[in-house]
Amino acid sequence: MAAPLPSDVGLRVSLAVEIPSDVAYIERVVELVRHPCEELAYDPHQLALNVPVALSEAISNAILRANNEDPQKRVLVRAEVDTRRLVVDVQDEGEPFDLDDNIRDATDPENIEREDGRGLFLMRALMDRVERFDANTGAPPGNVVRLTLSRA
Amino acid sequence: MSFTIKKEGEIVVVDVEGQLIVGNRQELKQKVIDELERGERKFLIDFAQTGYIDSSGLGVLVSLSKKIREQGGELRLANLNDDLKTLFELTKLDTLFQISDTRDRALASF
Repeated sequence: MAAPLPSDVGLRVSLAVEIPSDVAYIERVVELVRHPCEELAYDPHQLALNVPVALSEAISNAILRANNEDPQKRVLVRAEVDTRRLVVDVQDEGEPFDLDDNIRDATDPENIEREDGRGLFLMRALMDRVERFDANTGAPPGNVVRLTLSRA
Repeated sequence: MSFTIKKEGEIVVVDVEGQLIVGNRQELKQKVIDELERGERKFLIDFAQTGYIDSSGLGVLVSLSKKIREQGGELRLANLNDDLKTLFELTKLDTLFQISDTRDRALASF
């Protein structure tokens, strides 16, 4: 594991990105969040796999499921990155949902040939923690999915 | 993402450049299905230039594999880097696909 620069310890980057409910924006948002992680010497595998895939999944779910690709609804991504961890909040404007609603095991041989059903599984496998909160704003209040990853 | 399709003998080789994710996976799916409908049966997807793949990208690969097999054909994969291999292992999709380390080995395996 590469050590962060001594001058970076104690430094925190906060960013907020708002996008329309359009999957075409996902790649760009991922790059914007990945960049400070790269600057703070996160492990290359985290940069190539954990961060982009988990974040893509969370934003994709916000756009397609929670917001139903409604052009009137937006997704807000807030990230805080320091030399200890990355915390990303992905906020939608949809109806509340329960993360545990999806209980199908994507790796079960019965499900392996399904085209869908791997998004939440990957988020949980690639992040240290995946949580959901009410956004507490607007009507409906929307959901916040929080992804946490410790820097390796 | 961009991809190039070419024939190497009987095998249709698709190079995926960039990410294979929700915003672009339909395009890949359609192009491969077009080739399948033209009568092609052997497919190799080469990931040497691929960045990351999300669950819908994986889903499209699963769906294509099924469709191709239903037509008596085969889909194989090559050049997954360590991170992509991890993705396939996590989802146990490494048990569903024949994966080769190099394009040449993949082509020879058909």
